[in-house]
Amino acid sequence: MSAIITTADSAADQDTQQSQWLQAGVVQKKASRTAAIWKERLLPWLLPVALILGWEFAAKVGWLSSRILPEPWAVARAAWSLALSGELWTHVRISAWRAISGFAVGGGLGLLLGLLTGTFKQAEILLDTSIQMIRNIPALALIPLVILWFGIDESSKLFLVSIGVFFPVYLNTFHGIRSVDKGLVEMARSYGLSGWPLYRDVILPGALPSILVGVRFALGLVWVLLIVAETISAQADIGYMTMNAREFLQTDVVLVGILLYALLGKLADILARLLERYWLRWHPGYQ
Amino acid sequence: MQIDPVENAEVNAAVQLNTGRGVGIRVRSVSKSYAEREVLKTLDVEIAAGEFVAIVGRSGCGKSTLLRLIAGLENPSHGKIGFAVRGDAAESKPEIRIMFQDSRLLPWKRVLNNVGLGLPRASTASIRALAQVGLEDRASEWPAVLSGGQRQRVALARALVHDPELLLLDEPLGALDALTRIEMQQLIESLWKERGFTAVLVTHDVQEAIALADRVLLIEDGEITLDERISLPRPRARGNLAFAQLEERILARVLKHPAPQLDSALGDISLQRTVSQVGWAI
Repeated sequence: MSAIITTADSAADQDTQQSQWLQAGVVQKKASRTAAIWKERLLPWLLPVALILGWEFAAKVGWLSSRILPEPWAVARAAWSLALSGELWTHVRISAWRAISGFAVGGGLGLLLGLLTGTFKQAEILLDTSIQMIRNIPALALIPLVILWFGIDESSKLFLVSIGVFFPVYLNTFHGIRSVDKGLVEMARSYGLSGWPLYRDVILPGALPSILVGVRFALGLVWVLLIVAETISAQADIGYMTMNAREFLQTDVVLVGILLYALLGKLADILARLLERYWLRWHPGYQ
Repeated sequence: MQIDPVENAEVNAAVQLNTGRGVGIRVRSVSKSYAEREVLKTLDVEIAAGEFVAIVGRSGCGKSTLLRLIAGLENPSHGKIGFAVRGDAAESKPEIRIMFQDSRLLPWKRVLNNVGLGLPRASTASIRALAQVGLEDRASEWPAVLSGGQRQRVALARALVHDPELLLLDEPLGALDALTRIEMQQLIESLWKERGFTAVLVTHDVQEAIALADRVLLIEDGEITLDERISLPRPRARGNLAFAQLEERILARVLKHPAPQLDSALGDISLQRTVSQVGWAI
């Protein structure tokens, strides 16, 4: 009798022990998984943070003259004072508006023309060669010409940004339309789709991954062109703020300007990625 | 698959009425050449409404080309392909649907919207068609997460949702594993019996052709060299002696071997050749 009780007891003990081990194993697995996630999220920032700390240290110790490269804390303070005075927002607003409108005009035109030449063979024959020739002219080399044509006000900057944005979007849209799976188009045709429904349901979604690549590329380009365009006699934007600061040897404000451009560029890229993740959620490569 | 009693009743009623939804095909002196190469040479064949015809042959013999000509995806170089709706002498363009070897589902549309392609609005017909192939619980998924067999089933549902009079199948089961293939064959056969459309199946698998078809056509070098009627009762058991003999005969004909001796206990030992001696039909 006692023997049975003992074995029963030990069996129960074993059960609880086993479940305890299992729980511990699960907890351990969860812990190691959380640790892995945090490692994955934090490790990419290790290098930038280390660089910033090293920079601060070098500035404090005196290896870096504050005229050449001010310490990060000075840059932060300058940014803070500009933000408080409201100047920062004015500049950012004007630059952002210019970027958006330039992107809208250049990107919109690129999309339209890309769709046109991609869809109709005659349009491609007529237009593509000319567009390729113009594409090979660097947009920034056109600055003297642009100043002559448009003067030094808003339209010259808009033109520069638009013409830079136009080509990546055009090229990728054209390529996207051309590389839609012909088998899918044939299938859709045999199921009675033609004209606009065929375009909307088969050709445009098929071209969308390529078009979005063009959009992301153009978004990066906008800021590069904007920086240069804003050096052409700016009046109230980040470029103006930077140029002014350079005149007065306010290197920290110059750095604030550069960082602002970088930040805005990163924001735009995040937006594009969100769009991509939503529009391409069916794509196995984006899941 | 779900059993819908209402649908079953409808189907039984339709079967008893025996109004099959088929269309006859008349291929008259059709030939097709690509550049300098003549793929089909003066074909003449008539397919009755509601018939299940299988076209077999080696790769490159022109069987897929014939299917595409019937589908209207391409035009013949000479000759004409006409259709005759059952009971109607007027020749008009019937409702034709094709199933391709790759399922050709639109990856950016969910399964239900793929099935409803070409339908005016999302209707219950799509979900019913999905239920018929047993995939109504995957209606809201992206095609990318389905397996090959499931994708082909969705493609079959898509083809059938329009209630076609002619269903063309271009080696639809070639990319599937053997078990899924058998299940799909049974599915296609049951749907064909239920609706009575004309079916033309292009396949390199002679066993599949004999299992499904009323008639087997062999195309060699652009010409029809064999037109065999299969009169085995349905459902056809593959192990059946008559089935196996028919299969061996037609396979030997496709591979250009002599027919086996019926009394030989080992079957046709001439078929037992080494790899290098066999000409592949695929």
